[in-house]
Amino acid sequence: MFQVRIHGRGGQGVVTAAEILSVAAFDEGRQAQAFPSFGSERTGAPVVSYCRIDDKEIRTREPVMAPDAVIIQDVTLINQVDLFSGLSPVGFILINTSRSFEELGLADLYSRFPREHLVTCPATEIALEHFQRPLPNAALLGAFAALTHEITLSAVQKAIRDHFAGVVGERNADAAAAAFAVIETPTEEFVRA
Amino acid sequence: MLRQIEGSRAVAETVALCRPEVVCAYPISPQTHIIEAVGVMVKEGRLAPCEFINVESEFAAMSVAIGASATGARAYTATASQGLLYMMEAVYNAAGLGLPIVMTLANRAIGAPINIWNDHSDAMAVRDSGWIQLFAETNQEAADLHVQAFRLAEELSVPVMVCMDGFILTHAVEGVDLLDQATVDAFLPPYDPRQVLDVEHPVSIGAMVGPEAFLEVRYLAHLRQLDALHRIPVIAEEFAAATGRHSGGLVRTYRTEDAETIIVAMGSVLGTIKDAVDIRREAGERIGVVGITSFRPFPSVAVRQALAHAPQVVVVEKAFSIGHGGVLATDVAMALQGTDCVIREVVAGLGGRAITRESLVKLFYKATRGELGALLFLDLDVDVVDREIDRMKATRHSGPSAENVLRDLGEPRVGNLS
Repeated sequence: MFQVRIHGRGGQGVVTAAEILSVAAFDEGRQAQAFPSFGSERTGAPVVSYCRIDDKEIRTREPVMAPDAVIIQDVTLINQVDLFSGLSPVGFILINTSRSFEELGLADLYSRFPREHLVTCPATEIALEHFQRPLPNAALLGAFAALTHEITLSAVQKAIRDHFAGVVGERNADAAAAAFAVIETPTEEFVRA
Repeated sequence: MLRQIEGSRAVAETVALCRPEVVCAYPISPQTHIIEAVGVMVKEGRLAPCEFINVESEFAAMSVAIGASATGARAYTATASQGLLYMMEAVYNAAGLGLPIVMTLANRAIGAPINIWNDHSDAMAVRDSGWIQLFAETNQEAADLHVQAFRLAEELSVPVMVCMDGFILTHAVEGVDLLDQATVDAFLPPYDPRQVLDVEHPVSIGAMVGPEAFLEVRYLAHLRQLDALHRIPVIAEEFAAATGRHSGGLVRTYRTEDAETIIVAMGSVLGTIKDAVDIRREAGERIGVVGITSFRPFPSVAVRQALAHAPQVVVVEKAFSIGHGGVLATDVAMALQGTDCVIREVVAGLGGRAITRESLVKLFYKATRGELGALLFLDLDVDVVDREIDRMKATRHSGPSAENVLRDLGEPRVGNLS
């Protein structure tokens, strides 16, 4: 089982991101379960959502406490929430920021997790570029696909288009592809991790 | 068709396939997504003929459902927690009048203190109302149970409540195989009411009944529920024949054949319990699970058959009767009277406290070593409790416990109810 925990703030599509990820996994013939941390979904408040992906029935209903990957949609949570709690020693960290782990004061994570599993991605900037709204969730799922290979970019894009109708879906899918490319072919400009 | 879909959406789609003619509801978390989705389907004409009636309260919601059902319409509503309490009088009336209303209960704790998260306190509060209460383990089962619920309700003229864990199921996105219209139509014939209000043929229903006959009327209601004990497995079997899926029924067993300890529970926690049981099985312990789907009527015979061979039964439940102990455990104990089974009660998951596999594995480890007491509160923070007890001892004006405990924990309060 591959378990993902997504941290962000209400209004950033944290719950939607987990749902879209689960649909993408489902479309690839896998079992998936997505659910929010319940109740605190108000604009600006810290929000957590979860997604489990497996090749057999997922029976557990507990929150994801030992994730294989953590996606941070809002970097201002770093000093507010224990973002990396329970993360697997070989886990992945994906942070939405144009800064590096060093610049965020997170350089110590390099000693705790495989270096190539830790990336930052300017997902908000990518979102603004593609559809002029600061909603990083779709782009981050593209980056997640590139980072973990747990899901394909095309499945993520299809799930995005299924969720957001019409041009909104297209532009979010484009943002996912752009973020995927950033992680696949890191440049000094985008990823300094 | 198998779809990756939110539990609430799966229930709404399935309810629509059941062709309700009147839907009336007042929004309350965590039921809201179900009713929003049904409302949209009515508005778009996908669910027709059906009238969606906006009401000003849960009391009105159940009252409208009663009126609709009494005039021969298939009626559906949904609620949770305080909403259920607010419609309590009408809940009893629906059962007393023998009206086959189907209601989804998105199980949620009851305040005070305010808490929007999941437990089974709301279902337990109407345990004795005369409604049939079925508990869903997964979203697949939640969806399927609604089809069976309409069939059961209308066959027996008894209202049926489908209980699904709030948020844990209602807000979880997972694979659900949705039925098609032809399958549901074949399984669920049009509603043929046993009694109907008709201006052409006036009758009274809900008349006053005095001491001379009230007992008999109540006894007849009891007989109908006993009837349901026979019909529920039959309907589940017919559903399985029509769909290939085993949903519903009275009780379900998992790895119980040679079990010396059997865990009993209801609802979505059964999934996590099964995972924990598998872990203890790998360690060589003889442990199994019995999930109870039909809480009312309570399937005493089936429960006894499933449990009686085990020396120890551990009931894990998301509710308790304050000043007594487990509610489900009491029913299980009644079913097991005369046997040598030792019954342990475990209260867990109140107000949305996560029931973790880790806690369950530890619990089961202790259970198989005979180390459990009669009544245990899983993951109870004893330090926090002791501090409040000390405060109450120290001063008469110690203030409200809920606020004191929150202050001790130093956590931000959650004020959002959306």
